[in-house]
Amino acid sequence: MTGPEPAATARSRPPPDAPRGIGIWLRTNLFATPLDALVTLACAWLVWELASGLADWMIFDAVINASSRAECARIDDGACWAVVAARFDQFVYGFYPESERWRTHLAFLLVCVAAAPVLYDRLPARRVLLRLSLACPFIVGWLIHGGAFGLPAVETRLYGGFLLTLIIGVTCIAASLPIGIALALGRRSDLFAIRILSIAFIEFTRGVPLLALLFVASTMLNYFLPPGTGFDLLVRVLIVVSLFASAYVAEVVRGGLQTVPAGQVEAAQALGLSWFQTTRFVVLPQALRVALPGLVNVFIGVYKDTTLVVIIGLLDPLGISRAAASDPVWNGLSTELYLFVALFFFASCFAMSRYSMWLERRLGTERQAPPGPR
Amino acid sequence: MKTIIPILAAVLAAGTIVVSATAQGGTLDDVRKRGYLQCGTSTGLAGFSAPDDKGVWRGIDIDWCHALAAAVLGDRDKIKIKNLTGKTNYTSLRSGAIDILSRTATWTFSRDTDLQLTFVGTYFYDGQGFIVPADLGVKSAKELDGASVCATTGSTSELNVADFFRANNISYEPVPMESYTEARAAYLAKRCDAFSTDGSGLAVMRASMNDPSAHVILPEVISKEPLSLVVRQGDDQWADIARWTLNLVIAAEEMGITSRNVREMRDKATNPEIRRMLGADRLQGLESLGLGTDWAVNVIEQVGNYGEIYARNIGPGTPLNIERGLNRQWKDGGLIYSRPFR
Amino acid sequence: MNTLSPAATAHPGLPRLWRDGRVRAIAVQLIALTVIFGTGAWMLGNVAANFAALDKTFGFSFLWRLPANYDINQTLIDYSNRDSHLRAALVGLLNTGLVSVVAIALATLMGFTVGTLRLSRNWLAARLAWLWVEFARNTPLLLLILLFHGVIVHFLPHPRRALGVGDALFLTNRGFYMPRPLFEAGSWTVVLVLALGLAAAWFLRRRATSRGGAFPWWAGAALVAVPVAAACIFAGAPVAFDIPVHRGFNFRGGIVLTPEFVALAAALAFFTSGFIAETVRAGILSVKTGQKEAARALGLSEFQTLRFVVLPQAMRAIVPPLTSEYLALVKNSSLAIAIGYMDLVATLGGVTLTQTGREMEAMFLVLAIYLGISLGISGAMNFYNRRIAMPLR
Repeated sequence: MTGPEPAATARSRPPPDAPRGIGIWLRTNLFATPLDALVTLACAWLVWELASGLADWMIFDAVINASSRAECARIDDGACWAVVAARFDQFVYGFYPESERWRTHLAFLLVCVAAAPVLYDRLPARRVLLRLSLACPFIVGWLIHGGAFGLPAVETRLYGGFLLTLIIGVTCIAASLPIGIALALGRRSDLFAIRILSIAFIEFTRGVPLLALLFVASTMLNYFLPPGTGFDLLVRVLIVVSLFASAYVAEVVRGGLQTVPAGQVEAAQALGLSWFQTTRFVVLPQALRVALPGLVNVFIGVYKDTTLVVIIGLLDPLGISRAAASDPVWNGLSTELYLFVALFFFASCFAMSRYSMWLERRLGTERQAPPGPR
Repeated sequence: MKTIIPILAAVLAAGTIVVSATAQGGTLDDVRKRGYLQCGTSTGLAGFSAPDDKGVWRGIDIDWCHALAAAVLGDRDKIKIKNLTGKTNYTSLRSGAIDILSRTATWTFSRDTDLQLTFVGTYFYDGQGFIVPADLGVKSAKELDGASVCATTGSTSELNVADFFRANNISYEPVPMESYTEARAAYLAKRCDAFSTDGSGLAVMRASMNDPSAHVILPEVISKEPLSLVVRQGDDQWADIARWTLNLVIAAEEMGITSRNVREMRDKATNPEIRRMLGADRLQGLESLGLGTDWAVNVIEQVGNYGEIYARNIGPGTPLNIERGLNRQWKDGGLIYSRPFR
Repeated sequence: MNTLSPAATAHPGLPRLWRDGRVRAIAVQLIALTVIFGTGAWMLGNVAANFAALDKTFGFSFLWRLPANYDINQTLIDYSNRDSHLRAALVGLLNTGLVSVVAIALATLMGFTVGTLRLSRNWLAARLAWLWVEFARNTPLLLLILLFHGVIVHFLPHPRRALGVGDALFLTNRGFYMPRPLFEAGSWTVVLVLALGLAAAWFLRRRATSRGGAFPWWAGAALVAVPVAAACIFAGAPVAFDIPVHRGFNFRGGIVLTPEFVALAAALAFFTSGFIAETVRAGILSVKTGQKEAARALGLSEFQTLRFVVLPQAMRAIVPPLTSEYLALVKNSSLAIAIGYMDLVATLGGVTLTQTGREMEAMFLVLAIYLGISLGISGAMNFYNRRIAMPLR
């Protein structure tokens, strides 16, 4: 270009409209090249076959009202959801006595109310609600277990189904967070002994499978206690799973701590803040903001891992499924039962991962894909 | 500074080895203090230990726990049931999580000597066998060469199957299953050709089928399975209590004492052994056991004698319909035999 | 480390001794050590007391002195029920290794495919890949294992009515049966020729490409295939196949993949492929777009860009999380006990533990072995990472 642009015509114009329309979209996204078109047709055929077959089996030919497998087969040849309907109560509550179920409903409501200010920061009266959240674990524990202040006790042996999943999931997630943060700080500590202990604990816990630790909890933990004492199995499981999750939380928080620039700590020191004040008011908030998506990933993993307790004899939804599938009346209907449980977990985990993505956008620390430790 | 810390740590570690010296209170005291008996049983075996449709656990195994609770605490309902798998049953007993294991446990040499267990008495003499679908056309277990055989893992069943096939020089595919219910599901799905467990378990299985005649229990009895009550090793007093509660129940049937006439027998019987048993006369050794003189009446009145327990849970008239067979009293030609109360 | 150095003025209210940061540091460490070691000593004391009350001993000699007495349905080495518990544990360990290797291979294949597909321009393919990833990541692994196992056991037919593929491959609910190659006397020559052919092809390819020339793939294939075929004919077809035949209750002969193995491997592979796909996608997206634009400007096709420009650079970002996923897969294989696949946890921590009553020793060994595997793999990964460390851009 030679010479300056004449001032009169130096007005920038918006770019020309790209061609739009459903035909254009189809052409660019589905049929761009011959290979593309082939792939599209193959995928579409695959999707159609699978979807129609599944829809037939799961919805159109399915049976909901029947009282045995044989009766299901007589009515129609699709999925026999009647087994899920017959055992639905057990799926949700386990063997929790019917008359006391209102306690679980109340507890669930309380947990939602307590979690709301933690998960969403624009709630009105957030500070007040947060104080409620602190008291929540004790109230919820008392509600579900009972045995004091007027509520009849319900043995832990009777908890089962989704109630048990939520109990273990919520408790272990909530407990592992402070322990994990403490471990992460310990790992970066200047104090040699603390550092060694933290590293040893984290490496050991991350190096063994959760199932092995659950076996230790169920077969051996009583040996480490004085003769004649013993913990309830559920309490042992909660302790072990919390410790297991805290090691993974520690690693994610450590990653977050590493992103806090050294200048922040130096500035805090220059201002005369103690170690505790620096950590609490300067370092941790920044570290946790970065670590949050990874943390939610860890929590989703822990939540899915609660299903492992079926192997040591607790009646989570998989245990209920197995028991129902072995009942002579419903013999062999394991697929429908497992699909139902899968639907529950898919819904809750999907919701959690959507929340994590929303959180990332909110905090402005969005990355292409959160690096989960699993 | 960094070298001081490890030295300090070593000194501390050496200096803080504390052996926790807690007095062994004994299981009897623990149970009395706790107020209930911890009863270890299975995850579900009809007739032996299974929940009814209201969720209450019933069965012959549960009744032994009721009897022990009645003997020690005076009330048969003061029990807490723990459902254990083949993996956790002995570990729970050893670690003190349960006081008695009533779970169709077979009394074997290695379990008695090497597993820190004490077997206190056999309540059901059984034997292991195979069940196969009738349309397989198999008439004897020796024809099972190359078959797939399901057995519950951690039990004597899988070991006995291994021995049987080795002894007869035939091969098989072992299919280990965690529990009886899963093994049943696998057997019905034809994952395995045969299922092997105690004869009583086979009877339960066959009775629960939609068409019992479509399944055949093969004639071979490949092992002896004396199903017994187990307590942990190291507490002789508790073992004695369990042993003599079982003996009491067996002796009661032998002497014609039932839950209905036990009080009358105590007041009016002239047989010295009955009088000693039921507390009308002094029975030497009862104080050493730590039980009150009304222990026997409590047990028999609240739970019944051996015959009543058997008939209620697994006898003819119940869906299981297992004949007494070897489990008749010795006077009737069986193996059920109580030691004398003297 | 970003912690404070001691500042005597930070705590004006404390007595003089405690104002020294070093004193506080030592005190904290002493307290922590006392608590940890004290608790540990107390717990060990309890163990000793409990063991004494039970007349229980602690020792590992049972592993090689006692016969196992139980059979295992899938073994890679010779094993009979008279062998020791140690050998049974070894069989379990090899089974863990086998299912881990197979699942890792499958998961990598599926993960890379799905991860690349997620970035495809084809909307349908990208959406299907997204669905795959969501299902894989939002379903608990144990559920997948039980589901696959249930489907195989309940929906595949009984051996008597097996689904046969070409009379050599049979699918039943007792296992997948396939022919086993039997290597007879002359087969060594074939293997030798194969190895020589592969070596020659690789060497020639390196020579050609280092000089800037091309070495077409069909040339290499011909270099390998032709001599091997000639050797086969010359040596009289020494590789026979043991075809599985249905006799009696089951199929005899051939290689059998039990439903437990197949279900476990498939579930592990599917579950891990979701995470691998996300890792691959993140890795590919981390390559600067300038690289792709430059490749297009040079006239490389979509596929060539991916293969020669994007993936090699993406691998640096992909490999570390990938190794973590592999490690997680090996640990997840411990769920085998749920369906009866005899891996390390099921043999040593399952049947051996129950039949011998040695919980402490057995669980200690299981934990130690898994810890060894984990530390080994992550140590190797750290070493590899340091060697190819990506300079910060």
